[in-house]
Amino acid sequence: MNLKRHSAAGRRLIWFLAAALFVLHHDFWWWSDRSLVFGFLPVGLAYHAAFSAAAALLWLAANRFAWPDELEAWADQAPAETRQPVTHG
Amino acid sequence: MNAAATISYVPVVLIGGYLLLLLGLGLVSQRFFRGTSADYFLVSRSVGPFLLLMSIFGTTMTGFAMVGSSGKAYSDGIGVYGLMASWSGLIHSGVFFLVGIRLWAIGKRYGYVTQCAFFRDRFESPTLGYLLFPVLVLLVIPYLLVGVISAGKFLQSATAGTFPELFALTIKAADGAVRAHPLSGGIPPWLGSGIICLIVLGYVFFGGLRGAVWANTFQTIVFLCAGVVAFWMISDRLGGMAEATRRAAESAFGGPRLAREGMIGHLQFLSYCLIPLSVGMFPHLFQHWLTARNAKSFRLTVVAHPIFIMLVWVPCILIGLWATGHQGEGVNPNAVLGRMVNQLVHSPVLTGIVAAGVLAAIMSSLDSQFMCLGTMFTEDIIVRRFGRERFSDRQEVLLARGFIVAIVAITYFLALYLKDTAHVFDLGVWCFSGFAGLFPLIVAALYWRRATKAGMITGLAATAASWLMLFWHDIFAPGKKAGGDELLVAGMMPVVFIVAASAAGVIVGSLLSRPPSQATVDKFFPAPAAAK
Repeated sequence: MNLKRHSAAGRRLIWFLAAALFVLHHDFWWWSDRSLVFGFLPVGLAYHAAFSAAAALLWLAANRFAWPDELEAWADQAPAETRQPVTHG
Repeated sequence: MNAAATISYVPVVLIGGYLLLLLGLGLVSQRFFRGTSADYFLVSRSVGPFLLLMSIFGTTMTGFAMVGSSGKAYSDGIGVYGLMASWSGLIHSGVFFLVGIRLWAIGKRYGYVTQCAFFRDRFESPTLGYLLFPVLVLLVIPYLLVGVISAGKFLQSATAGTFPELFALTIKAADGAVRAHPLSGGIPPWLGSGIICLIVLGYVFFGGLRGAVWANTFQTIVFLCAGVVAFWMISDRLGGMAEATRRAAESAFGGPRLAREGMIGHLQFLSYCLIPLSVGMFPHLFQHWLTARNAKSFRLTVVAHPIFIMLVWVPCILIGLWATGHQGEGVNPNAVLGRMVNQLVHSPVLTGIVAAGVLAAIMSSLDSQFMCLGTMFTEDIIVRRFGRERFSDRQEVLLARGFIVAIVAITYFLALYLKDTAHVFDLGVWCFSGFAGLFPLIVAALYWRRATKAGMITGLAATAASWLMLFWHDIFAPGKKAGGDELLVAGMMPVVFIVAASAAGVIVGSLLSRPPSQATVDKFFPAPAAAK
């Protein structure tokens, strides 16, 4: 898939991945499982630690494919009418 | 051996040294103060990616994250990570991305310092600003309480036995005999909480938000490192991580806490997803967002935040779980972490470092909260009411400081009153639930052109009414015990109903009233050409 940076397709992909992660958060399949990963980490905790890493990857992808460059440009434009900046308070 | 000979003052000296170091940091940051209120309140909008990440993360992680999470894991098991930490990793960063960056852009373009000012202009309504102010202040107070209670409780646990004559405590056993309390000789909460409040006040006074940002960065590094040390020491003393978990699993109290069955309900687990939305309306986070030098400064924060949460929460959850096997049943959840550190980290130096780390986590939130309250009072009430030209920058800073002192005093006395009945985790959840209730307001203000002043006021009133009713019922109800069951409504967290009431208020109120003028709406929404 050829994703152009900040494209609508990129944003849709991020929304889709975020929704998928939202659903995957509810790991009912390990609800009563007390087995251990690496001999010390309860599997329910290990899964959610991995979920945190997946969330970081999602937001890394959002930085790459859905970054709102336009907002930064807008913020830097001098508006015709502005509120008095606090620096001159 | 003489009992006095076994007492080590090293942890207390290290903690004291650390607190003095923070004051020194505040003094140094004061040297960079440019003399303007913009510099005192917003660091002249000059904060880059690393400082932004550390200050936002340090602000988000409080006593709730370390003292609260370990205590809650002790009470309710490992599912606590899924309730708060993994939801937060997904949703906090999403809110930073969708709300934080947009607010930064609007704040930079129009020179905003506080949320009230933004809402006031967005909806052409000074009344909305005045209504929002007390709600935000009232919701920040439970958050401050989390920090102040955690600090006092943790200091007492971590210094237990250090001053056996000065702070002696006794308990009456079942057989009628009077014995020394496990916390005897520890710095009592009234003193510990008071010291922490004064230290944070000190460096915020000297350095303003720059002092808070610097201190947050330093403290985030300290508590991340101290967490690693504490985790390693505690697991080592328990015979290794596998052995510590095995002991918890084999204990009658700890065994069920390795899973969620019987500990956390499905709807409860799902409905926790709304609680992290609170970061969208935290006034102290709003202020930190505005300090960013540019939008790109947010990139690192958005990505690293979930990882940092994991680094702090996984060890704390495991320590809480291991405490079920080591301490047995019946420990006050607020004291679990302190007792584990005190009993298992036998090196006085490491005990001191770990204690400093936990206090760092607590103070790194208190400072920003103190600052935002002072800023809001000055900007949204005093300057707004009497006019900016009436005050010099120095007078504005003095006014902010005065209000901060008043709020800290109120919080301190409330903390003393509630320290034995309020569960740090539950109190934190209530605070977050209130702010989450305000989330529909900020989303509507940023993304819905049709949103109106009446919608905002209705949403605000619905949030305040539903939150107050449910909070009062849960926290102040007679017979409520620390660590008692959370209030659930139809199996769900109260936040579901608070957010629903708020969203309904915003939508219905807006649709039944006239929107702001087109010029005002256009001012806050980038034109389609600019958005390409």
